Formats: sequence, structure tokens, C-alpha cells
Amino acid sequence: MPLPFLGLILVLPALAVILLLFVVPLAASVAGAFEVGGGFGFGNFVKTFELYTLDIVFTLVIVALSTAIIGALAIAIGGYLTLGENPRAVALLRWLYRWPMFIPFIVVGQVLRTFLAKNGLMNNVLIGAGLIDPLQAASFLDWRGIVIAFVWKQTPFVALLVAGAMASVDRGTLEAARNLGASRVRILVEILVPQVAGTLMVALVLSFVTMMSVLSVPLMINAQSPTMITADIAFRINAYGDYGVANALGLVSLVLSAGVAVLYLRHSVRERA
Amino acid sequence: MSIEASPAVHAGPGLDLWWIPRGIVLGLIAFVIFGPLANLLLWTVAERWYFPHALPLDYGFSYWARVFAPRGNAMEALANSLTVAGLTVVVSLLLAVPAGYALARLRLPFRALILVAFLIPQAFPNLPVYVNVARLFYQLGLNGTVPGVVLVHVTHGLVYAVWIATAAFSAVDAELEEAARSIGAGALRAFMDVTLPLAAPGLLASAIFVFLESLDEFTGSYFVGAPDVNMLPLLLYTAGAGGNYQVASITALLLLVPSIGFMLVVERFLKSDVLSKVGR
Repeated sequence: MPLPFLGLILVLPALAVILLLFVVPLAASVAGAFEVGGGFGFGNFVKTFELYTLDIVFTLVIVALSTAIIGALAIAIGGYLTLGENPRAVALLRWLYRWPMFIPFIVVGQVLRTFLAKNGLMNNVLIGAGLIDPLQAASFLDWRGIVIAFVWKQTPFVALLVAGAMASVDRGTLEAARNLGASRVRILVEILVPQVAGTLMVALVLSFVTMMSVLSVPLMINAQSPTMITADIAFRINAYGDYGVANALGLVSLVLSAGVAVLYLRHSVRERA
Repeated sequence: MSIEASPAVHAGPGLDLWWIPRGIVLGLIAFVIFGPLANLLLWTVAERWYFPHALPLDYGFSYWARVFAPRGNAMEALANSLTVAGLTVVVSLLLAVPAGYALARLRLPFRALILVAFLIPQAFPNLPVYVNVARLFYQLGLNGTVPGVVLVHVTHGLVYAVWIATAAFSAVDAELEEAARSIGAGALRAFMDVTLPLAAPGLLASAIFVFLESLDEFTGSYFVGAPDVNMLPLLLYTAGAGGNYQVASITALLLLVPSIGFMLVVERFLKSDVLSKVGR
């Protein structure tokens, strides 16, 4: 059997699962977004933008902000792990940063709901340290809570991939730059980050789309308005059984996610060509 | 994270003033990471705790007794979660090992597109999809069954399974397999005896990824599993929504233990040579 066919046969079962259990229902949901009564139309979208424009903007701002913070922190962590000159500090950081990585989102939601609450440990420590007085204690359970939850959970994942890629960059180049007098910040920005840009992009795209589809965190941390699209979809279905508007909202978040995925796809296809 | 200046600034042998900023930054990171976890632990043993009290008023294990009572639904949820996660790993690896090998080694048309196809379940909002999956499964009699939930989790976890398996096979030197072939081993024999054992740590890592992803999964379980297949995330959510932070925190702790255990050993399985090939 010629090799391309053997390869396709080996890949086919896995692809079929994706096709039948994700692409087909996804298509059904896209079609459902245009279903009004018995026919097709844009009624669901009119209603969606009437009711949820603020939430759509809110979602995009929260996820974009979280992605930017995650990227910056991951570069900083990866950079320190690669370029740090104090072995003990590097080892400590390596041990520290990964803790939240595999903690489920639903657990992150519960953990931070208690931590960021008015009588949570964060406010208690700030009060105990004399930084704020008890009357100033405020709950962070709004958009800030969602951003904190996303950054808390996703940074280690991106940092792990980035640090792994940085570790495989040729040490000789780094040492040569160091010997020529380049500062470590400059080495990080001008040598390491460009070399790991591909991995960083993959990790950030994965994080972006993951955050776009998380239902548990917005439900647990900030269920009041404005909230994220995912919480609105669940509400539309649970409260009204309104699949039309739910699917239209789904299509909106799909378009936002796809925009980012297409950016990555163009980048990687160009790289492989 | 600040990058310190050159070692020339050191105050002298044995005394390193750079430990002051380092200590502050590392201490802050430690607080940000362990503070929330400590808060969770407090809630698991708090009998009564409300604003404005900084610490619980009473401590005790009565909620633990309630969660682990033989008739409590936590044990059932735990058993269901472990069964579903285990089956998800088996099915995912059966699909991902051949696919990963093909993507890493064989000439494939549209390879980049195929690789990205596995990202689709992560790249699009799951919620409307799961609603439609639930409708489909209902017609097939799969809704509210363990196989139904496993299929949903497999779809979601395949990106990790396939991408990491592909990276793991790419990291194995192709010449070793060719050497085995040239001394007379068949294609399958060379794969089973040479490539598969060398890729095993990476595959194990992908298995654990899929396992944890399945334990974590909430949205699909909610629409396809609930209320017939009760699982830990669903129990956590209902307890938390009902204001029972103790039961929610104990359930959260049960989900935390395997996750943190894996975090502590992940680099033993996922070496940087594999990591640097993820997504390529």
C-alpha cells in the first residue's frame, strides 16, 4: 500500500470521532442560530445583539486581557528559568510556578471564590498586614476575579511550553551574546522570544480558546451582569429553552475564537511552506 | 519577574543582597499560588464561617463524615468520575497512537490541516455543541450513560492525546527504526519493539493529560451525563451553587489531589525534546 494511504488510514479513526462528535453538532448549532420559527432568518442575531452586546464586549476584553497577561508572565518565567544565574532561585521558581497547571477550572472557580471573597484569605492578609482597614475590604468577585482565575490557571501551562522551547535553544548563541555584553533582558527579548515565538503562539491560542469556552469560572465567580457569553448561553437554555439565541451567541464566540485560530493557522502554514 | 543584574554587584562571599528582591518576588508568587489553596483547606474543616470573621468560628470534620457517608452521593460521583476518566484514556490512546505515529513519521497530505483539526474541539465554544450532542445522544439512547460521557470526553481530550503523541514519536530517532527494519524486523515489529517503548514516557504523559482533562470536564458532563451519571465536578457545582462551601471544598480537594500529584512528576515524562515539538 502506498504510504500516504497508510497514513490516512491510521489517522482516520481519530478524525472520524472529531467529525461525528464535534463538527456535525457544531454545524447543527450554526444552522440553529439562523432558525427562526420554521424558517431561516437573522431574528436570533437581532435579539442577541439587543440583549448581549455588552456581554460580548465584556468577554472579548476579559479573554484578550488575560491572554496578554498570561503571555507576559510566561515569558518572564521561562526567561528566568533559562537565563537565571542563581541555581537555587531557579530551582525554587521551577518548583513553584507549576502548581495551578492541572487544577481543574471548576476547582479554580471554587478556590478563588473563597479566596477573593470579602472575608477571603486575600483581604484577611491585607488587613493583617495593615495595608487596608477592614471597612475597605472589597470582594474581587467581578471581572477582576475572572481575569485572576484565568491567569492563575493558564499561566503555568503556557510557561511550561515556553520554558521547554527555550531550553532547547542553542546555549552557545546565548553565551556568545552574554560574552559580547548583552544584558539578560536583551537576550530574552531579542534572541529567546523570537526563537520560541511558534510555541508561544500555539500555547496562547490554546489558552485563548480554552478561556472562551469555560463555563464554570464565570458561573461561579461572576454570575451577575455583565457576564461572559458562556454563562449567557447556559442561561438561555436553562431558563428559556431558547436554542436560537443560545446558538447565535455560540456563533459569536465561535467567530471570535476562529479569528484567533486563523491568525495562528496562517502563521504556521507560512512557516511550514 | 525581574532579571537580576550581573553577579558583580554581589556584596561579598556568602552574602548575596539579591536575595532580598528575589525573596520578595518568590514570596509573592508563593502567596498567590498557595494562598487560595490554603483558603480551600480551611473551608474543608470549617463548621461555621461568615463575614466579618477572618477565620472559621468552629473547626471539625462533620462535613467530611457527611460527604463520605455510605449513602452520600460523593462516593458514587468519585467512582463514576474515575470510571469515565479511565475509559476515556483507553479510547483516546487507541485512537491517538496510530494517528500520532502517522503524523510524525509518514508522508501525509494536508498534515498541518489534520493536526489543526484535532484542535477544533478546543477552538470552538463547547456549550452549543454539547447541547446538540445531547440531543443526538438522546435519540441514540446514549444520553445519561457512561459510554456517552466517555465519547464526549474523548472528543475533548484528543487534541492533547494526538499532539503529544505526535511530538513523542517525532522525538524518537527515525534511524533506530530504520536500523531495526534493515536487520529484518517487520514494520509492526520495529514499531512495537523500538519506537513504541522509546515514545512511552511521552505517551504516558498524554494519557495523564487526557485523564485529568476528563476529571476536569464540566460542560459536557453537565449536558450529556447529568443527572443520571453524577460526577465530581457536577457535585462540586451543585454544592457550591447551594451555598454549601464545605462540601464544595471537600469535593474540590478530591479533584485537586490527582492534579497536583501529576504536576509534581510531569517533567519526568515530558522531556524538553518532546515539549519543543508539541504543535509542530
